[in-house]
Amino acid sequence: MAVSGESAGVERAIDEADDSRRKFLLMASAGTAAVGAVLAATPFVSSWTPSERARALGAPVDFDVSKLEPGAMAIATWRKQPIYIVRRTPAMLASLGEHDSRLKDPRSAASEQPPYAANGTRSRVPEYLVLIGTCTHLGCLPKARFAPANPELGADWPGGFACPCHGSRFDLAGRVFDGSPASVNLRVPPYSFADARKLVIGVDEHRGAA
Amino acid sequence: MAEVVKPPGAPAVKTGPFRAWLYKRFPIEEFISDQLVGYYAPKNFNFWYYFGFLSMVVLALQLFTGIFLTMFYKPGEATSFDSVEFIMREVDWGWLIRYLHSTGASAFFVVVYLHMFRALMYGSYRAPRELLWLLGMLVYLALMAEAFMGYVLPWGNMSYWAAQVIVNIFGTIPGIGPGLVEWIRGDYGISDATLNRFFALHVVAVPLALLLLVLLHLVALRRTGSSNPDGIEIKEKLGPNGKPLDGIPFHPYYTIKDTVGLGVFLVIFSLIVFYAPTLGGYFLEPANFEPANPLSTPPEITPSWYFTPYYAILRAVPDQRLGALLMLLSIVAYLLLPWLDRSPVKSMRYKGPLSRTFFAIFIVSFLGLMYAGLNPPEGKFVLLGRICTVGYFSYFVGMWFYTRMERVKPVPERLTHHAHA
Repeated sequence: MAVSGESAGVERAIDEADDSRRKFLLMASAGTAAVGAVLAATPFVSSWTPSERARALGAPVDFDVSKLEPGAMAIATWRKQPIYIVRRTPAMLASLGEHDSRLKDPRSAASEQPPYAANGTRSRVPEYLVLIGTCTHLGCLPKARFAPANPELGADWPGGFACPCHGSRFDLAGRVFDGSPASVNLRVPPYSFADARKLVIGVDEHRGAA
Repeated sequence: MAEVVKPPGAPAVKTGPFRAWLYKRFPIEEFISDQLVGYYAPKNFNFWYYFGFLSMVVLALQLFTGIFLTMFYKPGEATSFDSVEFIMREVDWGWLIRYLHSTGASAFFVVVYLHMFRALMYGSYRAPRELLWLLGMLVYLALMAEAFMGYVLPWGNMSYWAAQVIVNIFGTIPGIGPGLVEWIRGDYGISDATLNRFFALHVVAVPLALLLLVLLHLVALRRTGSSNPDGIEIKEKLGPNGKPLDGIPFHPYYTIKDTVGLGVFLVIFSLIVFYAPTLGGYFLEPANFEPANPLSTPPEITPSWYFTPYYAILRAVPDQRLGALLMLLSIVAYLLLPWLDRSPVKSMRYKGPLSRTFFAIFIVSFLGLMYAGLNPPEGKFVLLGRICTVGYFSYFVGMWFYTRMERVKPVPERLTHHAHA
């Protein structure tokens, strides 16, 4: 009996050693398989990122601002996004300082713009407002409502943009008014002026040809 | 030379040589005897129990008509819109195939909503059917994804802008949002790349997922058995044959009953397909009859009627991130139902006045949100949306409390069933 008890003890020790070895091998294989699964998934996941062609088509675009009348707006297209270019009149610029208390983010602290547009007019050159024309709420196109005191938007409407989808309202610097579903100002794309007339959208001193 | 094949538990059937040949190679007799004739369902199924079966019928219809549409549809920014027009005008009976599919999409949601309503009313989500409910909810989520992507494929202006709005909801996720949106679109805007991946998902990936989930839903149903309007377990009262006393064989009793329901459904469905396929702009929206135009938003972006309750919740909140979160919660709330409902009884028949009141508030709120979401986000519709959002969530949040506070009615020992005289 003593002998068989002894051999049973030995067997148990071997079983335990086997068990821990098995557990280790199981974890090691599972870990390797997990790494392999991630590696195998990578090409499929990356296939969804913008293709080389989409990236090439996303190159900077030029716009001749001398074509714009004062107070008028043109829409250019960059990376399939409508780019609003407004040539603001002195009266339009003067209106910007008068309604800070009704704005959600008057200083554009929480909004998206290049550093040179993080100012009161949200522009490089105050006369020209350049915005990505998709609502920061859910991407609709806000409509130009430049005339002040609009019958639909109220007697105190200073002029700006109104989104037809969910009713967000922005001023003439693309800053969002209180009571809008959008919580941040319209975005400003990277841009620069190659000369006094030629606006280049998509490139600036910070990012080269983005 | 006919052989008599008698699988265990099956009634003796005299089979022909073909059946005998088949039976040796395929368990068809067991399937019939275990799953149809031998499957006992509660004997008091009423009107509300048609819609699970009808959901499967509509799924089959969508798969069948979808395959035919795929033969003529060409995904692509330049081709999608024209190929849909081609189907409508030049493919023989193409208009019928497309209208069956587009009406089928709305019909799918009608029957699924009624099916879910039944579960809410009779407590079908309660233990032991939590997993059955969760699998059903996954079917519903897959169905929403399927419907949304299908809506984008005709590449009308509403398709385009719906895609824009829905995809941008993912942009509100802190940190990864903008990158995630670019990854979903595969471009810097909704484009050809987006359209083609939605096509692949709509015709291959999601339908496969749907079929698998429906199968799992049925397997879970087979384990627990159907619930019933009384919310009691028929398996607890077995007859001498080991079958529930209050159960009747699914076949032929419920197969015949469902066939009657199918007949009524098809009459209504055909009337819409043939006489009002757009249903006044609710099933097919007028703005989608012009091609996608990235530079022109339709005057009002309203999703299809079946999404408007959630869309109204999104719009009820002045903060977009909070709005998106609340919309997500409004759907997640359904998943929590089996654990929120702590009532000692399952069915609304025996629940108390608080449960009934909150259930009524939920129904009114859901319909109110649907109405608000179909209208522009102005004055009274925003207010309606906000009031109904509060009503909607009060049903779920309050459930944890009101299901324990009220007095319930005594539940009968056996099913209440009055046979037709």
